[in-house]
Amino acid sequence: MSEVRIVVNGVERVGVVEGRTLLSGFLRDGLGLTGTHVGCDTSQCGACVVHVDGQAVKSCTMFAVEADGRSVDTIEGQAAPDGTLNAIQQAFQDHHGLQCGFCTPGMVMSAAALLKENPTPGEAEIREYLEGNLCRCTGYHNIVKAILAASGQDVAAIAAE
Amino acid sequence: MPKDHGIGASPKRREDVRFLSGTGNYTDDINLNGQAYVHFLRSDVAHGRIDRVDTAAAAAMPGVVRIFTGADFEGVGGLPCGWQVTDRHGQPMAEPGHPVLAQGKVRHVGDPIAAVVADTYEQARDAAEAIELDIEELPAVVDMKAALRDGAPKVHDDLAGNLCYDWGFVEENREAVDKAIKEAAHVTTLELVNQRMVANPMEPRVAVGDYNRATGDHTLYTTSQNPHVIRLLMGAFVLGIPEHKLRVVAPDVGGGFGTKIFHYAEEAFCTFAAKAVNRPVKWTSSRSEAFMSDAHGRDHVTKIELALDAENNFVALRTDTHANMGAYLSTFAPSVPTWLHGTLMAGNYKTPLIYVNVKAVFTNTVPVDAYRGAGRPEATFQLERVIDKAARELGVDPVALRRQNFITEFPYATPVAVEYDTGDYNATMDKLIEIGDFAGFAARRAASEAKGKLRGLGVNCYIEACGIAPSNLVGQLGARAGLYESATVRVNATGGLVVMTGSHSHGQGHETAFPQVIAEMIGIDESMVEIVHGDTANTPMGMGTYGSRSLAVGGSAMVRATEKIINKAKRIAAHLMEASESDIELKDGQFSVAGTDKSVAWGDVTLAAYVPHNYPLEDIEPGLEETAFYDPSNFTYPSGAYACEVEVDPETGRVTIERMTAADDFGNIVNPMIVSGQVHGGLAQGIGQALLEGCVYDENGQLLSASYMDYAMPRADDLPFYTVDHSCVTPCTHNPLGVKGCGEAGAIGSPPSVVNAVVDALQSAGRDVTHIDMPLSPARVWAALQG
Repeated sequence: MSEVRIVVNGVERVGVVEGRTLLSGFLRDGLGLTGTHVGCDTSQCGACVVHVDGQAVKSCTMFAVEADGRSVDTIEGQAAPDGTLNAIQQAFQDHHGLQCGFCTPGMVMSAAALLKENPTPGEAEIREYLEGNLCRCTGYHNIVKAILAASGQDVAAIAAE
Repeated sequence: MPKDHGIGASPKRREDVRFLSGTGNYTDDINLNGQAYVHFLRSDVAHGRIDRVDTAAAAAMPGVVRIFTGADFEGVGGLPCGWQVTDRHGQPMAEPGHPVLAQGKVRHVGDPIAAVVADTYEQARDAAEAIELDIEELPAVVDMKAALRDGAPKVHDDLAGNLCYDWGFVEENREAVDKAIKEAAHVTTLELVNQRMVANPMEPRVAVGDYNRATGDHTLYTTSQNPHVIRLLMGAFVLGIPEHKLRVVAPDVGGGFGTKIFHYAEEAFCTFAAKAVNRPVKWTSSRSEAFMSDAHGRDHVTKIELALDAENNFVALRTDTHANMGAYLSTFAPSVPTWLHGTLMAGNYKTPLIYVNVKAVFTNTVPVDAYRGAGRPEATFQLERVIDKAARELGVDPVALRRQNFITEFPYATPVAVEYDTGDYNATMDKLIEIGDFAGFAARRAASEAKGKLRGLGVNCYIEACGIAPSNLVGQLGARAGLYESATVRVNATGGLVVMTGSHSHGQGHETAFPQVIAEMIGIDESMVEIVHGDTANTPMGMGTYGSRSLAVGGSAMVRATEKIINKAKRIAAHLMEASESDIELKDGQFSVAGTDKSVAWGDVTLAAYVPHNYPLEDIEPGLEETAFYDPSNFTYPSGAYACEVEVDPETGRVTIERMTAADDFGNIVNPMIVSGQVHGGLAQGIGQALLEGCVYDENGQLLSASYMDYAMPRADDLPFYTVDHSCVTPCTHNPLGVKGCGEAGAIGSPPSVVNAVVDALQSAGRDVTHIDMPLSPARVWAALQG
């Protein structure tokens, strides 16, 4: 067992973990931050994406001990302290970019990482960037639309509600 | 101007805020004090005799609480099947037992053999590896036709063979259909496979069992689309727990698509084990486990023959299908290839004679049951493919051939036992041609060809029977459950409402859409209405969400309960205003007396109901709470026309979807934004089936596609923006909202148009390709191009 100190959403958290404990498991079971979801066991689905030192990481591919001393941001830290959704979260709601909500935390975190790399990505770039995030509900239409909208691009021409 | 509230508006979804901020409450987010964890040891062979399960060493491992095997479940009921099909000869289907943990034999890869309960999940998994297992591997049957041959290995030793049933529909039509086909001017024949699919909701299944020794109360938290159904099936048939001592909670559920309808062994196990070890017991499926334990979908092998007269009118249709049941009968499995499939074979067309034969077969594979569309995609695919093939054989336009044979007068009784209430198939086809810009296709094809690509346009229609279902009808067809829905509407003293519904939302947005209906009926703001669902302790007995039934059936129950509320409120208002009840009108949340300026507000009446000082207590009970159960008199029949445009790279066989267009008639629409989202998701699953997905077993019954590395889920860059429209409206005639279901349409309507489009593209290059089986992988398309 090892002690880890990880700054999670701006607050230092201390925990004791097994060597094999994944970061996703530490967040969910150790800290009770259940917004990070686990949808597969082969690092394909992306429901567990968080940011580690500002980089998008699938938290099921990283051991908790590897995050020791680093800074982790999760879906729980995205809204303002008063609960106001950030621009990406708000765009997902405005454009119906989620249905069951299970993939949504990973989608939002991936979208945030993309927009940091490129503030105005095109449709093709968004679709390619989301290759590691599976959604079974939306057919991706409204997710892509929401990310375009969150980046300030005009989505009026894209069909449907 | 679109509406900004009530029916027809698209308010933002209220459930989104918790999902977007990481504060949803999914089953795996639930952790109970003192909970133990279970790991299932599953069979790694498809068929075998269990000679020995030695748990002694494993039981001594750290943290192990108890290890369960099949022996612990002797005397406990097996998992029940909820639908009994009667075969062509009037005999009931073969119905083998389905133990919670395997007894004597394992019958598919993933069949649970033992369950280790330990203090931590890791300890449970470690200990499972220490269980000593002797399994004598037996020959497995995977291919359905091979399974029916004499001498094939039997999945169930106590059955005569591997045939579950041989179903004929409509049996009385059989000879007439044979004769019509024999004498027809033209017969088009097509053999095809509707491949096995895995539903893959992004949230894997989870179950947490809890038991209170002091009260004898059981609670199960589970990822279910229908908690009341689980309570009834598990309580009555498996564990012998009466409903009042069993609570089933399905909180936020991360997608279902059918596979979370069924009652699963893991649910029964966790409920059983929580009492046995006197601790909460939690199971969280891994994705690999999900692939080998969630009920699969589709898996039909079909031959279809369409007979036409000399004027190209459809005169008869005959289909012959083998449907895979897997190793056991999942909850509603027998109904899928029969009543949800054969009854749809008329499609949108006035074919006078239809005969459907289905042989359901046991194999050493994961059980197969309903997956988004459930039987209706299989019907639509074969029908719309054979029509396309017929059009090409006859040298006529596929759209014109369809139009010529459309049903145009309603109600219409098909020769396969259902009566369509409304529809306008020409209207959706016209809309499709417009929004799909068919006029521009030739230019787009030329542009593709200039780049060295082939371009194809595929069209299909669909009809589905959903809003499942009239209880008395399905009872006659073998259902062992009613299929009504329920709602309790509780009005609070200060005017807010809580609707407790038996429907269950796992992505469909009921918490947003249902209040729109009530707000419209009463004339109040939607924010005054809250929806409660997913907990048997605080919702009336209801059948849950599947078969595109929530608004059509559950919404109707809510409307009926709200009508009762309004009627009672009017009586109270009449008293308060000293007027006749028949003169009371309700508009914009105000009760008024017709022809006067007298009025009282909604809140005045609700307060009077709970503070009944000035109140006719001798005539009216205090309070304002009503329940309604709604049992529909018919299915609803949404319909539409879909088009797909593909580009095919002749060098690689890779298919890309360039345009996907859907024109649907869903009757009246409550929330257009949500309806479009439902269609989008269905289209993606249909395109996924057409191009990417497929569950693959080898000849020994090993599951080759048991992870997302092997099973091709559609990703964002596999799919385009879709063009969807639901402005063609023929309201349903038999439910109070005039609504039809929309949840499955996209998945039903899209696969044929994708395949039709690829065939069109290949034929445009002069290739004599009439069919390619799904998924249309680059390898298959390339091989077809090589001839």
